[in-house]
Amino acid sequence: MIAEAGLAALWLATGFALMQVMLALGAARGADGKGASMVMKALRRVAIVQGLLALGAFGLLITLFVQSDMSVLLVIENSHSMKPLIYKIAGAWGNHEGSMLLWVTVLAVSGAGVALFEKRLATATLAATLGAQGAIAIGFYAFLAFASNPFVRVNPPPLDGRGLNPLLQDPGLAFHPPTLYLGYVGLSVAFSFAVGALLMRDVGPAFARAMRPWVLGAWIFLTIGITAGSYWAYYELGWGGWWFWDPVENASLMPWLAATALLHSVSVLATRDGLRAWTVMLAVVAFSMSMIGTFLVRSGILVSVHAFAVDPTRGTFILGLLGLYIGGALALFGARIGTVKQGATFELVSREGALVLNNLLLSVILGVVFIGTLYPLVAAAAGVQLSIGAPFFEKAAVPVGLALVAATACGPLLKWRRDQWRTLLGKLLAPVAVAGVIFAVAFALAGAEHWMALLALGLAAGLAVASVLPLVRRNLRRTPIAIWGMVVAHLGIAVSISGMAADSAFKSERLAAISVGQSVTVGPYRIELVEMRPVVGPNWSALEAHLKATRAGGTPFDLFPQQRFFANPPTNTNEAAIATKFDGQLYAVIGQGDGEGRWQLRLWWKPFVTLIWLGGALIALGGLLALIGRVRRERRDAENDA
Amino acid sequence: MKAKHQRLTLALLALGAILGASALAMSALKDQAAFFYAPGDVHGKPLPLDRHVRLGGMVEKGSIRRQGDGVSIRFVVTDGTATVPVAFRGVTPDLFKEGSGVVAEGRFQPDGSFVADNILAKHDERYMPPQAAGNMHETKTLEQ
Repeated sequence: MIAEAGLAALWLATGFALMQVMLALGAARGADGKGASMVMKALRRVAIVQGLLALGAFGLLITLFVQSDMSVLLVIENSHSMKPLIYKIAGAWGNHEGSMLLWVTVLAVSGAGVALFEKRLATATLAATLGAQGAIAIGFYAFLAFASNPFVRVNPPPLDGRGLNPLLQDPGLAFHPPTLYLGYVGLSVAFSFAVGALLMRDVGPAFARAMRPWVLGAWIFLTIGITAGSYWAYYELGWGGWWFWDPVENASLMPWLAATALLHSVSVLATRDGLRAWTVMLAVVAFSMSMIGTFLVRSGILVSVHAFAVDPTRGTFILGLLGLYIGGALALFGARIGTVKQGATFELVSREGALVLNNLLLSVILGVVFIGTLYPLVAAAAGVQLSIGAPFFEKAAVPVGLALVAATACGPLLKWRRDQWRTLLGKLLAPVAVAGVIFAVAFALAGAEHWMALLALGLAAGLAVASVLPLVRRNLRRTPIAIWGMVVAHLGIAVSISGMAADSAFKSERLAAISVGQSVTVGPYRIELVEMRPVVGPNWSALEAHLKATRAGGTPFDLFPQQRFFANPPTNTNEAAIATKFDGQLYAVIGQGDGEGRWQLRLWWKPFVTLIWLGGALIALGGLLALIGRVRRERRDAENDA
Repeated sequence: MKAKHQRLTLALLALGAILGASALAMSALKDQAAFFYAPGDVHGKPLPLDRHVRLGGMVEKGSIRRQGDGVSIRFVVTDGTATVPVAFRGVTPDLFKEGSGVVAEGRFQPDGSFVADNILAKHDERYMPPQAAGNMHETKTLEQ
């Protein structure tokens, strides 16, 4: 019954999405008067009900997984009755169909959120926005119904399921996909806002102010999702890396880059009424990147660690949706952009100028990542199989990224509208000095081999200083929360980049096969293999190594990396042991034994690597502060108006 | 600054950025793209010795041999039409096993073997590299 109810909820939601589009069309036709406000009221309610129905369907899928209902194909293929409860719940989205349902649910709930909370946008624009959101939803409901139905039944049911891929049996699965999708698909709101504003010829500061909190919200979740995903891959995959330039990682990075650019350009539009066309374009591009990402991940077209089974119908279906929505939005942009009036102008040396530079550099990085991610597809169409990995992205994107770090340091120090080179250079004195000193010291310590990473370290230190300068000589209590948000987020960028640079310039790695009682060294540590022993978990058994790590003059501590064996499905996994110290992480992986008493041991000492994710968290926190500041200010303004 | 001038400057800047990005991407692409080979692709043909490539296929059953130092292995990659012997030093990923899909990154040697510096196995046990899947499929059809 539950599976049927879930399917029914999805079909009902499709009906409501259709109604949403019709009502929006009606609202756009009938200009003012009592009828229009009633249509609007109905439109809001329909969008909310659509969100609730999708949420209901998703809840029912989770219920099926929790009950281990083995008459449902998806549960059979991805679950097992002996699995811990948290992985039964998270297992609902640890597969293609379930994760697409989560995707659509976030889409519908975002629309419902707009219907519930959006009070500032002009009525006609809001109606068009909700209509656009409904139109996107219809396409993806159809995708669920025809190519990815999560509620398919099997008769007769088997005794038990095949279990969830052990690599996914991790708290990361409970956390990473939902936050990532909230950000990824939350950007649909910006897309719909842009479509609505283009349709109703309403591109201006009021529209930007209304859109900003939604962009910020999605961007915060996207930042958290990417950061969490990076840390999860780092500790779970046991390769010691935190970013692999895997196509699917790029698929989440591209919307983030576009959303970051949008976040900044929407400020220019809201504050200074500049960059109208560009901001609308970015709003379209950001969610287009999310949809392209979905296509890359869910079609299985790229060779990737996230690719589930390859299914050409799904790829074709999503490609069709992509063409429809992105093509439609771009066509609308082309048709209507002539009617968007030129906004206010500004000097090149100004806050606006710096934000334009920020946008250009972000777009260049986006372009490079886009080319690197999709080029293998183009080549495959031409009959050449190739892959593009980390060396390409490091060579092409990192230099632009460093220029962006420098621009980020300058931006907040400039005044709106017009400023002087000389004042800027004066303010930059301290950051440049710090950057130079850090670079020189690092260069003296590490030598020329990793000069790019050392340059990044210097620039990050300079950015850290520059990012707090806006607070200097300011009454900190009366500083708006949004300014604090900017400072914290920029500081987060500096912190994260220092972590990346320190890891790539100073990490040490060791691979050896040793017997119990022997020891090896890595970085400042000496590591002894004390014993190998069997241990048992809830649905796995493991071989655990007991390692003792000692640093000159420090107290020894223990590490317990494991080789786990899962029975459902039968799989071995490596559980890395990670010890976090104030100046870095010691990372240990135990490999196979050779049958003669020797065990493979792979060790890394990664100085200050934790700063990468700490920085990510700071960036998200900065976003949150900015969001709180904006919402509070809007509320105060609304009260003053009333 | 006049609106027209500003628009022109911005357009030029954007154009410069796009050109810069393309130039950067293209030059990096030329050096860094790793071509993907299945054993059948190089069988009896000149080997791409000068560049870093990926070799994809299945690990042949019974082919994994551990070496004396405890951290090196040798195994054979097959796509059903041809085989390539591979040498690798390091810890293999969890899903690396005989009969499973594998992608080895590294270089071909003049003797026709392959030295890998990285081994990728896939998250999903159902995974098979698309090319290998294609080749296997063809082989099967031929056998029938």
